[in-house]
Amino acid sequence: MTEFLEFTVLGVAVGAAYAILATGLVVTYTTSGIFNFAHGAVAMFAAFTYWSLTQHGVPEWLGLLLVLAVGAPAFGALVEWGLMRRLYGASVERPIMVTLGLLVIMLGAADLIWNISTVRTLNPLVAGTFTLFGVKLPWQNAVLLGAAVLVAVAMRLLFARTRLGVGMRAVVDDPELVRMTGVSPNRMSRAGWMLGFFLAALAGVLIAPTLGSTFTVLNMTLLVVNAYAAAVVGRLRSVPWAFVGAIGLGLATEYFVGYGSQHFASGVGSEITTALPMIFLFVALVALPSARLEAAGRLVAARIPRTVRGRESLIAASLFVAASVVFSLFFSGTFLTEGVSTVGPIAGQTMALGLVALSLVLLIGYAGEVSLCQFAFMGIGAFCMGKVAGGDSLLGVLVAVGACAAVGVLVALPTIRLRGLYLALATFAFAEAVQLGFFADTHVLGQAGIIVGRISVAGVSFTGDRAEFILLSVVFALCAVGVLAIRRSAFGRRLVAVNDSPAACATVGLNTGITKVAVFALAAGMAGLGGAMWGSLQGTVGASNFTIFAGVIFVLFVVIWSARTVTGAFLAALTYAIFTNVSHLTKVEGIFAGVGVILIGWVANGILGIEWFGDRVHLPWVRRAPTEPADAVEPCLEPSLLAAGSEAGGPGVVS
Amino acid sequence: MTATSLPTPEADVVPALSIAGLHAGYGRIEVLHGVDLEIPAGSVFALLGPNGAGKSTLLKVVSGRVRATKGTVAVGGTRIDRRPAEALVHLGLCSIPEGRGVFPNLTVRENLWMWTYRGGVSRDEVEARAYEAFPRLGTRRRQLAGTMSGGEQQMLAISRALVTDPKVLLLDELSMGLAPLIVEELYEVVGTLAGQGLTVVVVEQFVTTALHVATRAAIMVHGRIVREGSPAEMADAALGAYLSGGSTPA
Repeated sequence: MTEFLEFTVLGVAVGAAYAILATGLVVTYTTSGIFNFAHGAVAMFAAFTYWSLTQHGVPEWLGLLLVLAVGAPAFGALVEWGLMRRLYGASVERPIMVTLGLLVIMLGAADLIWNISTVRTLNPLVAGTFTLFGVKLPWQNAVLLGAAVLVAVAMRLLFARTRLGVGMRAVVDDPELVRMTGVSPNRMSRAGWMLGFFLAALAGVLIAPTLGSTFTVLNMTLLVVNAYAAAVVGRLRSVPWAFVGAIGLGLATEYFVGYGSQHFASGVGSEITTALPMIFLFVALVALPSARLEAAGRLVAARIPRTVRGRESLIAASLFVAASVVFSLFFSGTFLTEGVSTVGPIAGQTMALGLVALSLVLLIGYAGEVSLCQFAFMGIGAFCMGKVAGGDSLLGVLVAVGACAAVGVLVALPTIRLRGLYLALATFAFAEAVQLGFFADTHVLGQAGIIVGRISVAGVSFTGDRAEFILLSVVFALCAVGVLAIRRSAFGRRLVAVNDSPAACATVGLNTGITKVAVFALAAGMAGLGGAMWGSLQGTVGASNFTIFAGVIFVLFVVIWSARTVTGAFLAALTYAIFTNVSHLTKVEGIFAGVGVILIGWVANGILGIEWFGDRVHLPWVRRAPTEPADAVEPCLEPSLLAAGSEAGGPGVVS
Repeated sequence: MTATSLPTPEADVVPALSIAGLHAGYGRIEVLHGVDLEIPAGSVFALLGPNGAGKSTLLKVVSGRVRATKGTVAVGGTRIDRRPAEALVHLGLCSIPEGRGVFPNLTVRENLWMWTYRGGVSRDEVEARAYEAFPRLGTRRRQLAGTMSGGEQQMLAISRALVTDPKVLLLDELSMGLAPLIVEELYEVVGTLAGQGLTVVVVEQFVTTALHVATRAAIMVHGRIVREGSPAEMADAALGAYLSGGSTPA
């Protein structure tokens, strides 16, 4: 019993931190309809700004005042004005990408200022400890719990009892109607974001001192990920339920750690413990009643670029391979090796990563399914390749593709009902769970990573750099042709149809579930192939290659260039490879990706989807589609449709 | 003062709503090609016309939701065409948009609270007035507006006009998708409001319903007012306009 009470006290203490973060997430979602992936980054930034101020001799009370009452609300207002206001009525994909962009910008900036993994110490607001049921706890935890309860009660009252709270919720429903009641929706929305950022900052400065030796930029930012599950329990809208979810998650974690450690052999289970909140999030999403998922909307596709003809794509692919062969002739036989050349590794990795980017074209571009776990599949692919038949066989590649496709089916099946934001969160949870519970296990990718070799097919060895590079470019070109062929096929039309209107699909007897599972499996297999090829290119793969943030940044690059075109996929892979290989760019990769995606957040289709670009960039063998004169459009179009039309790529978008 | 210096009654009264040379549209597409209209205070004005004639766009421009490219709109002599929609509410303009002008994820009661931004009325007062006019809303005060029937939602939407004491009420397709009995009930309330001196502009596909409550009417085709007159005069003309406009009257 004593044990149980001990675990319970610890669980509530941990849950309080999740609760205050989850309340902030719920408040932001309730007042903006946007799930703020950068919420934890705001908390981290606030905590570190407060730490910096106290380091410079600013009194604690003044530091708190500056961070909580001035800095955070002002930043919230700025973000609302500069970014979020433009996202009203946008497809569900864009707010996800913009807030992920904000997250990586803040993480990148914090890394430049404070270094991502340096441990700092922040004094608690209230020093000393107390003992409860035999557990010695710092008073700071009591302060945190008190604040969490207070914030939850205050927010509940604000939203249910005050006109300001009701007004902030109303903006999400219908900003135009809010205007017609005599109040500016922008003012309401700004108030919502200021409140959300204040709550994030409050959570940051209260939680930071309880972290002790784990108070780093990265840990602070990741802590909120654990609170996602709690927010989902509250359907992203209910403060009380999010609070219950947070305490439940805290208790579940502590009971698991406490009782589990008595039964598991030492070392086993620690990975599961760290992955527990992600498993919790995944389960919460899967278990949420369907009726409550409607609010997250669907991914409204802006106009998808023109379908590319088979002949055009084959000519482009042949020229691409020929160019790759010529390219490889300019370099020495070991040009793919890092250190020998910078251009070589970038070129090689672009091809392998390009396969992962192509899988995102299928998922995000065609089917409108936001997946943040393609890097996890890539890792699984590399792992399979390394572990099967000596790590250098064609069988390994096939196993990598097959295993990833199978795991893709396993991920897709429970998440069939999920779309938009909820699917993004579920795939985020899966990626993080795989990272923490699988890749981090020393038996899987090991401390130093695993060795992956290069393949030989029918007596032809690809161990040489030139041969490997040509193989990579051929595989990429074939997959690109395949993706374009899918777009032309009946299956491609199904993908677009499922994205456009699941209801309409159901009325014509099209099974959306099967389509979704199929595209997930296909994309996972392609990402697995990318992983296997990437592994054989690199020679060694480790857990650090497939982190969730790397995966997120990669998705952002794909969206920046255009998730709807093969060219966009190639350029995204190239950009990512450049940033990860050029040493002085590595630090600013996140910032670049974030800024890029925020700029692109204003237009729906990425750089290649901008009309100006689409109108001017033409491949010589691609026939131009005739442009309809503007006056041919019937004047009964809704303004929203016209806006979507102006955002979409013109008829000549590069594919 | 001589008789000749006396102004005529028409010239003396400032129209509740006056529209002059109004052009507007969406992007490069112009929908209104110079609309002129004067709506006298206290009248119920029915705006008729086939689909795509620009009736709803006209109401959107008047209520500040779509910007005019040329021309003026004035309420009670005050120009409003450059003001944001929220400012117009404070000048006494109440617009009930097409579809349901309610917040679906707020409860009936919370929706009513939103109607208090015009000022001068308390939350309790708003609730009391709305429940008096539509007792059915009183029994559903804690229900999410989005889960009510179409008629109930429209009652809630129109209660905004009841509680905010506007000078001009714009109603866009009030009857859309509703049962005739409900439409009748809603128009009874509109009639009561008009009886209290409120100016009402009705855009309606149900020509007979609209003309039944209207004191004046106009027909719009292809973004222009083609005829204006008494409801009786407009009844026949409306049918012709619908038929020639390529649309069937509802």
